[in-house]
Amino acid sequence: MDYLNAFIVGGVICGVAQILIDKTKLTPARILVLFVTMGALLTGLGVYENLVSIGGAGATIPLTGFGYLLAKGAISDVNTNGLLGALTGGVKAAAGGITAAIFFGYLISLIFRPKAKT
Amino acid sequence: MANKLLGTQTIKFNNPPSIVASASIVGPKEGQGPLGKYFDKILNDELWGEKTWEKAESKIMRETINTVLSSANKAPSDINFILAGDLLNQCLSSNYAIRESNIPYFGLYGACSTMTESLALASMIIDGGYADNIICVTSSHFCSAEKQFRFPLELGTQRPLTSQWTVTGSGAVILSSNGNGPFITQATAGKIVDMGIKDANNMGAAMAPAASDTIYRHFEDTGGIPSEYDMVVTGDLGYIGMEITDDILIKLGCRITDRFRDCGAMIYDRERQDTHAGGSGCGCSASVLAGYLYKEILGGNLNRILLVSTGALMSPSSIQQGESIPSIAHAVTIQKTLG
Repeated sequence: MDYLNAFIVGGVICGVAQILIDKTKLTPARILVLFVTMGALLTGLGVYENLVSIGGAGATIPLTGFGYLLAKGAISDVNTNGLLGALTGGVKAAAGGITAAIFFGYLISLIFRPKAKT
Repeated sequence: MANKLLGTQTIKFNNPPSIVASASIVGPKEGQGPLGKYFDKILNDELWGEKTWEKAESKIMRETINTVLSSANKAPSDINFILAGDLLNQCLSSNYAIRESNIPYFGLYGACSTMTESLALASMIIDGGYADNIICVTSSHFCSAEKQFRFPLELGTQRPLTSQWTVTGSGAVILSSNGNGPFITQATAGKIVDMGIKDANNMGAAMAPAASDTIYRHFEDTGGIPSEYDMVVTGDLGYIGMEITDDILIKLGCRITDRFRDCGAMIYDRERQDTHAGGSGCGCSASVLAGYLYKEILGGNLNRILLVSTGALMSPSSIQQGESIPSIAHAVTIQKTLG
């Protein structure tokens, strides 16, 4: 059941992105930024937490999950360290993801070469 | 007194130069397309043993120049000028391709219209008696163009259906004051037309008004009619741009529909190759001219064509700043025999 829920929640989030690509003039880069900010915004409003509790990784793996992590980190850091936590908490919470992205991105770029899609 | 000028934008050459040789090298996708058998060389991969797409593009142009020289049996010292261009910033591919050639060089930027721009200017130089042999060459590369104008390939973005596929390839011809044809007899210089299209993934629609303007002006200036041509062939309007151009011309009373072709629409198989709206890039009309069209003219299947390379003159900064796409089209008349 967890797998099914993750599949459905993750699929709906990606489906929204696909509709934006097909139906609007938004560039992929803008859609990526939109998803991070939407994730953060929905977390701040308390909506995204519900999605995470239903969908698990289906909600945390897509890019909205990165926004969720930033917002959640900022909120909890504000609670423990005061207002300065709004500036430090987000990146602290997302540090694992950011470092992994840079590290593995670098490794992959050493091993593989880009190609024209055929 | 400009006695070779016809109407407002067209030149009629009194001493029409001959295209004495042609050469084309294309990438694997172009080689698998319907015109594959006409190209001189088809690459197995887009890098061609080089480290970067940009180096590969320079190599493609350099080797195309070498091929056209050897097919004309000429040495670089026989060539007075080379007129070349490509899509990369500062015409980088051409600069590196021609660096070691020792041929005096004029770098041109007309985006995808550069091939006919170079043919028109070279014909004027030869007709004016300033040179005997000139190489006209352009190139483009799918991977380097995507990286510069859209997104790096590593991002793996999806391409919208209106987008065109930049041709990986180069085409070169040698124009000579001495030769038995095919001859370049007329050239119509295009004006910049900008109807406000801002989408770099819909260049066909942006360029269509420029193409129809130049084609219409050509017939107005020369007093000619479309039936005098076996083919009116545009550079890289693609399917969407062709449709718009045809519509505009019909409204202007200029019906070319039955002989209207487009290099970008011919070079790929629409059903099989998933290139969406067709091919584009300076290498598109250059390789189709040097490969398919030139051989069809020599073989007698085509006697007189109007080649209209079309260019979308945007830059990476103008796209990012949301500016519209200024477009242009230059036309040259190529015919097998004079008279």
